[in-house]
Amino acid sequence: MSEQTLTSAAAARGPLAMEAVSLSKDFRIGRGHTLHAVRDVSFNLYRGAVVALVGESGSGKSTAARLLAGQERPTSGTIRLDGQQVEVSSRRDFRRYKSEVQLVFQDPFSSLNPIHTVHYHLERPVKLHQGRDVDVDVEVMSLLEQVRLTPAKQFLPKYPHELSGGQRQRVAFARALAARPSVLLADEPVSMLDVSIRLEMLSLLDDLRKRFSLAMLYITHDIASARYFADEILVMYAGEIVERGPAEEITQLPAHPYTQLLVASAPDPDNLGSVLRGGSRRQGPAAASGRPQALDRAAAEGCPFSPRCPFADDQCRREDPALMPISDSRGAACWHLDLAAPELASGLRGGGDTKTR
Amino acid sequence: MSADPAADSATGRAGGQALDRATHHAISAAGSSLSAAAAPVSGPVLDIRDLSIVYRTPAGDVRAVDDVNLTLGVGEVVGLAGESGSGKSTLAYGACRLLRAPALVTNGSVTYRGRRVSRPADILKMRPDELRRLRWREIAIVFQSAMNALNPVLNVRDQLLDVIHAHLKMPRDEAHSRAASLLDLVGIPRSRLRSYPHELSGGMRQRVMIAMALATDPEIIIMDEPTTALDVVVQRDILAQIVELKDRLGFSILFITHDLSLLLELADRIAVMYAGRFVEIATSDEVHREAAHPYTRGLLNSFPSLRGPRRDLAGIPGSPPDLRNPPPGCPFVPRCGYARPECQDVDMQLLPVATSRDPHHVTACPFVLPDTPAAPAPSVAAGSPAGELDP
Repeated sequence: MSEQTLTSAAAARGPLAMEAVSLSKDFRIGRGHTLHAVRDVSFNLYRGAVVALVGESGSGKSTAARLLAGQERPTSGTIRLDGQQVEVSSRRDFRRYKSEVQLVFQDPFSSLNPIHTVHYHLERPVKLHQGRDVDVDVEVMSLLEQVRLTPAKQFLPKYPHELSGGQRQRVAFARALAARPSVLLADEPVSMLDVSIRLEMLSLLDDLRKRFSLAMLYITHDIASARYFADEILVMYAGEIVERGPAEEITQLPAHPYTQLLVASAPDPDNLGSVLRGGSRRQGPAAASGRPQALDRAAAEGCPFSPRCPFADDQCRREDPALMPISDSRGAACWHLDLAAPELASGLRGGGDTKTR
Repeated sequence: MSADPAADSATGRAGGQALDRATHHAISAAGSSLSAAAAPVSGPVLDIRDLSIVYRTPAGDVRAVDDVNLTLGVGEVVGLAGESGSGKSTLAYGACRLLRAPALVTNGSVTYRGRRVSRPADILKMRPDELRRLRWREIAIVFQSAMNALNPVLNVRDQLLDVIHAHLKMPRDEAHSRAASLLDLVGIPRSRLRSYPHELSGGMRQRVMIAMALATDPEIIIMDEPTTALDVVVQRDILAQIVELKDRLGFSILFITHDLSLLLELADRIAVMYAGRFVEIATSDEVHREAAHPYTRGLLNSFPSLRGPRRDLAGIPGSPPDLRNPPPGCPFVPRCGYARPECQDVDMQLLPVATSRDPHHVTACPFVLPDTPAAPAPSVAAGSPAGELDP
C-alpha cells in the first residue's frame, strides 16, 4: 500500500510504539445498513511524539481511538504494540494491555465518578496496575504533583463537583498516568475547557510526553492546536485518512480540499471583515462547500468528500482515491491535487490507485 | 403567509435589508396585536446600568456581577468574553430576570427600548405579565447546549409550535406554516419538521434552537456559547448564518463566549469580563490591534493561530479569584505579569485609553497601555485553591 511507503513526521522522535495496520470498523445500524466508521486506516505512534487525528464530529476519529484502546474490536486490520500483535482475548490480557495503553476522554464532567473522591480515582488504578510493593499514597501524591495539582494533599479528599473543569481534566490525566502507560490516547482532551486554560493543559500534556516518553495520539477538531502540539497530522473524513504529513506543512499548505476547508473554517482574528463580519464571502474551495444539507452525509460511492468538494467530477463520484504521496512524509487522497493544490502537485509521484472497498 | 423571507436570500444585502425586514414584520404582524406600528427608537435597545448580582450562600455573598454598565445598540453584535465563572452568563440572565434564588439582583437598572413597546421600560421593575410579554417576544435566548435545551419527546414542529402559540396569537394553520418557514430560515429541510432531537446532528439541533429564537421576531437575541459544542466547520457555518439573519431581520445580539478569537471576527464591540467586572470594552478592531488590559492580552494570547509564524503562546496561568472574598484592588493581580504594588489600590473604574483613537475604548488597568511591551506570565500553581468557585 502506498501509504506505508510514507515516513511519519513523528518517527524522528523515538522508537516505534504502536502500529495500526489497515484498521476498519463497521457498525451495523439495523435493517441491514452498515456504518463504516473507520475504513482501512494505518498509522504509527512513536515514543515521545504526538500524532494528531483531526476531523469533524462523526469522522471516525474517536472510534479509531477506541479501537487502539481495546474498547472496540476492529472488523479487520491489526494493531501491534512494540512489534507484538495485540490479541485481547481474556480479562488478564485486557488489563495488561491497559497498563500500556491509556485513554483520556473529552468530558471531565462525566468521565469522573461523582460519588468518589480524587484519592479513590487515583488509588484504584495504582493498585491495579502497579502491584503490591508500591506505596499507594506516595504514588497518588506524586501523580497529583505530576499533573500540577498542588498542594496535592488538599485535592485528595475532593469530589469532582468541587473541582473546576481544568482541575478535573488533570485528575483524568493523573488517572491515565497511574498505569504507567507507554501510549496515551487523548480524545479531545481540551475541547470542553475554557480557551484560556487549553494551552496550559496542552503544555502539561507536552511536559508529560517528554517526561515519560509517551507515544501520544491527540484527537481534535481544532487543527490550529494540532499545529502547535503535534509532530504529524492525520486528517480524517468519513472514516478515511484523506491527508497526512508534518503538522506545519499541512496547516500552512493544505493539499486535500477537505483539509483546506478545515483550515479556512478556523477562526482567524487577522481576517477581520471576513464572512462573519458581513464582508464578501471567502474565495476558494471553502466558499463552495460546507452547506448544511451536505453536512451529515458522505458519499456512499467514490471519494467520500465528493458531495461537498468544489473539484469533484465523475471520477471522484465513481472511484475512491488512495493516499498518494506528495513527499517522503506527506500524502493526500485526492484525484485532483493538481487543481486543489497546484503548488504541491509538481512533487506528485505518478498516479495513485483506487482503493477497494 | 404569502411571502417567505428565506426566498429573498439572493437580494443584495444593503438594498434588500429594508425590504426583507418589512416582509418579515408583515409576517409576524399577521397574527400578533403586539407588533403594531413600529415606534421610532432612539438610543440603545438595551441599557444595563450599575447592575450588581450576588449569589447568597451560607459562606457569604458571591459577587458574581459587580456594578457593570453595558449598552446594546440596534442591530449591534456585542460580545461578552471571559472565562467560566467570570459572571458573563449571570449578567445576561440577570438582565432578563431569568435567575432564581440564591441569585439576587442587588442594584441597577436594565432599560429596554423596543420598536414594539411604546416607551422605555426597566426590566427589573416589570410586573409578571409585562415580563411574560417581554420574554421571548422581545428578548430570546439561544442556550449553550442544544442537547439539553430541546425537549427530547417533542418533535421539531411541536417545539416550534409551542413557542409560537405561547407568545403569538395565531391560527393553527398559520402557525404550522410559520414553523415550516422558520426551518427554511435556518437552512433545515422542511422534511425534518417531524424529526425528534435525537435524530438531528448537533449542528442541526443548534439551528432548531436559533429557529425557536427567531419564531417571535425578537429585538434581541442572547446567544450563550451557541457553538461551543460544535466542530469548527459547523461552527463557522452557523455563525455565518446568524450574521446573515441579523442583517436581514435587524435584531441585536448579545453573544457570550469564552473564545475571544470568535468575537474578533463576529462582534462589533467586545466587553471583556473578569471576576464579575468589565476590565475592557472596545470595538473588535481595537481589541485585536490595541488591547490594553493584561487579561485581554492574556485571552488574545491563548489561542493557537493557524496562519502566520508560530507565536509563543502563553495562556493565562492560575484560576479566577474567590468572589466571596475578592482581594482588594484589581482581582487579576495574582495572574498578571504586569502586577505591581499599586495594583492593590486600583478601583476597577473603566477609563478611556489615552492613546486610543476611539473615545469609547475603556480599560480598568491604569498602568498597562496598548503600547506597553508584553510581560512574561507569572508562575501560578494550577491547582491554587482560589479556583474553587462555587457555581
